[in-house]
Amino acid sequence: MEYLIGIQGPDYVLVAADNVAASSIIQMKHDYDKMFKLSEKILLLCVGEAGDTVQFAEYIQKNVQLYKMRNGYELSPSAAANFTRKNLADYLRSRTPYHVNLLLAGHDESDGPGLFYMDYMASLAKAPFAAHGYGAFLTLSILDRYYRPDLSRDEAVELLRKCVEELNNKYRMVLVVLIRTQPGHQVGMFQTKVQKHAGLQRFGSDPVHQVE
Amino acid sequence: MALVEVSGLKPFSETSGQIFGTRQTHLVDRTNHYSFGSSVREFAVPVGEEPSGFLTSCNKEGGVNIEMNHGTTTLAFKFRHGVIVAVDSRASAGRYLASNDVNKVIEINPYLLGTMSGSAADCQYWERLLAKECRLYRLRNNHRISVAAASKLLCNMMLGYKGMGLSVGSMICGWDKEGPGLYYVDENGNRLSGRMFSTGCGNSYAYGVVDSGYREDMTVEEAYELGRRGIAHATHRDAYSGGVVNMYHMKEDGWIKVCKEDVSELIHRYREGMF
Repeated sequence: MEYLIGIQGPDYVLVAADNVAASSIIQMKHDYDKMFKLSEKILLLCVGEAGDTVQFAEYIQKNVQLYKMRNGYELSPSAAANFTRKNLADYLRSRTPYHVNLLLAGHDESDGPGLFYMDYMASLAKAPFAAHGYGAFLTLSILDRYYRPDLSRDEAVELLRKCVEELNNKYRMVLVVLIRTQPGHQVGMFQTKVQKHAGLQRFGSDPVHQVE
Repeated sequence: MALVEVSGLKPFSETSGQIFGTRQTHLVDRTNHYSFGSSVREFAVPVGEEPSGFLTSCNKEGGVNIEMNHGTTTLAFKFRHGVIVAVDSRASAGRYLASNDVNKVIEINPYLLGTMSGSAADCQYWERLLAKECRLYRLRNNHRISVAAASKLLCNMMLGYKGMGLSVGSMICGWDKEGPGLYYVDENGNRLSGRMFSTGCGNSYAYGVVDSGYREDMTVEEAYELGRRGIAHATHRDAYSGGVVNMYHMKEDGWIKVCKEDVSELIHRYREGMF
């Protein structure tokens, strides 16, 4: 099952997504990117029904870029989140609703970092931390217990590592997010991006390799 | 296209209406080159109809039972020397074997191949339409369409009829400026780029064999044998796959048809190691 997580700090937002694209029992791809770059300062993470995810996310992505072309300046993360939610809401009671769950992470010049949680029913909430998928049932409480608004970047990665370890331990399905191949070596299927005001910074595809 | 709207360019059909007076313009072939067949619906669908509901009612016992052609194994994988595409050739309609000699690879152009699995009618129609759009692209833009773009065209066609009961599992394979390309497209609008895919109801058996025997630096002959093995073992286990293995090799200068071998003969050859 697909999993998204986001953690907001004082000057960054840390987001992570699993890398598996699955169809029924078969994992078709192990390096699938669920993050869509809306602009230099906004990232959209999208999971949900096959086909709907890419279609909807690319639609939002192109519209955000069009806004910049037309007006000369970029949408703020809050505006982009509300635009996304409005589109979800408009399509919700049509013949073709989009069944997608989203996390939008952005950094605004004046408001600072922001993490927005959206789901397929077009709800929107700005939250300090959030998660989507069955994995959220296991990890939200970890975030509740250990999150502080003044987490440093390393502490936030450590918090993410705790969540990932719990998913490894307790979350066993055929489509499991992380696979432990042998003791001491964990194939981390996460790609994590730390977003600061200077732009996006990518950790590399296996940030939690040294877990054990 | 966004740029057309942004730059304020009026579409030709609008201006021609002003010059020549109003007339039936929607029957004329569109001059907007970027619609790619997806803005004009191929099939008109009445509002409020639910084709997928209709289809499920056709599968009930005791009612009208329309069995679609479904069973297949197809596989394709990239390796150092290009892309190998191998497919079986059986068409089943429920429990009835409609044909053991179907061609499940459509040769779009010398540099593009499409495989078919799922509903035979859907695949044949939509991939032939894709071939038409690829040809039009080549004529309009004076260069061949990329594999990514061709697969995106097919994906958007699928999305136009999402939820209406299409059944298409296709792999678009080709060689373009970026090198060898392999994309999986299905009726949900899934579009994945990858190193190896297998589709159809025998796909799991093919995955097992090819995943365990795959090496990136295989020789061409080893790759041919791996493709043959994948289909042969899948047809052995899956009742709805069989017939012959049709294999293609996509190289830098185009594809070649490698072989067309009967699966039962292949299994007979492999028997030694199996029991």
